Amino acid sequence: MATENTTSVDPPTHVNLQSILQEANVLDVLAQLDTDLVGLAPVKKRLREIAAFLVVSKARERLGIEAAVPSLHMCFTGNPGTGKTTVAMRMAEILHRLGYVRKGHVVSVTRDDLVGQYIGHTAPKTKEVLKKAMGGVLFIDEAYYLYRPENERDYGQEAIEILLQVMENNRDDLVVILAGYKDRMDTFFKSNPGMSSRIAHHIDFPDYSDEELLTIAQTMVGQMHYRFSEDAVAAMRDYIAMRKAQPHFANARSVRNALDRARLRQANRIFEAATQPGVEASRDDLSEITAQDIRASRVFQGGL
Amino acid sequence: MKITQGQFSFLPDLTDEEIRKQVDYAIGRGWALSVEWTDDPHPRNTYWTMWGLPMFTIKDGAAVLFEVNACRKSHTNAYIKVNAFDNTRGVESIAMSFIVNRPKDEPGFGLVRQESDGRNIRYTTHSYATDRPAGRRY
Repeated sequence: MATENTTSVDPPTHVNLQSILQEANVLDVLAQLDTDLVGLAPVKKRLREIAAFLVVSKARERLGIEAAVPSLHMCFTGNPGTGKTTVAMRMAEILHRLGYVRKGHVVSVTRDDLVGQYIGHTAPKTKEVLKKAMGGVLFIDEAYYLYRPENERDYGQEAIEILLQVMENNRDDLVVILAGYKDRMDTFFKSNPGMSSRIAHHIDFPDYSDEELLTIAQTMVGQMHYRFSEDAVAAMRDYIAMRKAQPHFANARSVRNALDRARLRQANRIFEAATQPGVEASRDDLSEITAQDIRASRVFQGGL
Repeated sequence: MKITQGQFSFLPDLTDEEIRKQVDYAIGRGWALSVEWTDDPHPRNTYWTMWGLPMFTIKDGAAVLFEVNACRKSHTNAYIKVNAFDNTRGVESIAMSFIVNRPKDEPGFGLVRQESDGRNIRYTTHSYATDRPAGRRY
C-alpha cells in the first residue's frame, strides 16, 4: 500500500504569534508590570516595544529567517527610587520566558564587586562576577563609578574592557543592564563610546508626580498590612510635597523610609497607651496609621 | 591513539553545546566545577594543572564553557578536562570528569620492560609525548 509522503523539511510559512505569546506568558508579566508599578508610562511603553520586538524575532526565527541575535544590553537612567532595580528584575523574567537568557536570575553588583584594589586583582574579580551572571542578567548599579577620569591609574577601565569583551562575545549568555543617574551616565558614555554603542536600549525613568507617590505610599501600606486613616492620607500628601522640596529626595525609597518611621511612631504610640491599666488594642488600632504618626516627622519642622 | 580517560571518552568528542548541558546537569546537582589541563596524560598522573579556581557560585554552564575556551586559547595542544566536585559529607570527591580538549596528534603509550632481580621483569606504561620536555610535547 502506497502512502503519500509529503512531509517536507522546509520551515513553516506561517507562525502563530499568539502561541509564542502564550507559551512564554509574556502578557502576564507585562500586565503585572502595569498593575504593580505606578506611573512610569514611558518605561512601560519601551518594555512593551522590547517585548514585542523579541516575540517577533522569535517568530522570524521559527520561519527560518536568518537574523543575528538582537543585542539586549540596556541602560536604565533615572533618579534614585524610580524603580530601576524592580524593572530590571521584570526584564530578566521577560527575557527568560522568551528564551533569551537560560536561567533568568539577576546578579546585582556595584563598582566594588567588579574593580580590584591592586594590579592583577580586577580581571579575576570581574570575570568571577560575569561567570556568576551567565545565563541571567547582570545589573550594574551606579555604573558610572566604573570610570574615574580623575585617576588615570584607576582599575575601573580594566573592568570596563573585560565587560565590553564579554558583552560582545557572549551575547547569548548574558544580558548586561547598567543603571545610574542620567547626567552622570551621559558623561560615562561620552568617555566610553565603545560601551554606548554596545547598548541597544537606553531607557529613562521619569520622576514620580505627587499623586503617583501617594498611590505608591498607599500600596506599600497595604503590602505591610497597615492602612491609613482618612486624615493620614492628607498628612501623607503634605509630607510628600514638603519632602520633595528637600535635598536627597529619593522618590519611592523616601516614601518607604517615611512609612517605616511612621510605623515606629505608631508602635510607640500604642505602647505608651498600653501602659495605662485596662487599655486593650483592637485589630484596627494595631493596623491603623494616623495623621499624628506622620505629622510627627521632622520634615514638618523643616528638618530632614 | 585517542586516550580514554574519564566519562564519554569512548564517544566522539563532545560539542560545546553538549559540554554546556553536562555542566548544567552538574550545577543542578550542586557540584563545584573546575577546569584542568596537562600535557602528561599518563593514567596515573592525577595532578593536572588547575585553570583558575573551581567555580562554586555559577548558575549556568556557559560560565564553564567560557573558562574552557579561555584555556583552549592558551593551551590549544593539550588535554583539558572538566571536573565536578561533590562536597556532600561522606562523598567529598570528584563526581564527574571528562576530557573537553585533546592534542591534534596523540602518540599514545609504549610498554616498558625493566629487568630486575633474577630474571624478573617489571612492566610499566610510558607516554611517548613525555620524551620531550614540557611545553614541546604536542
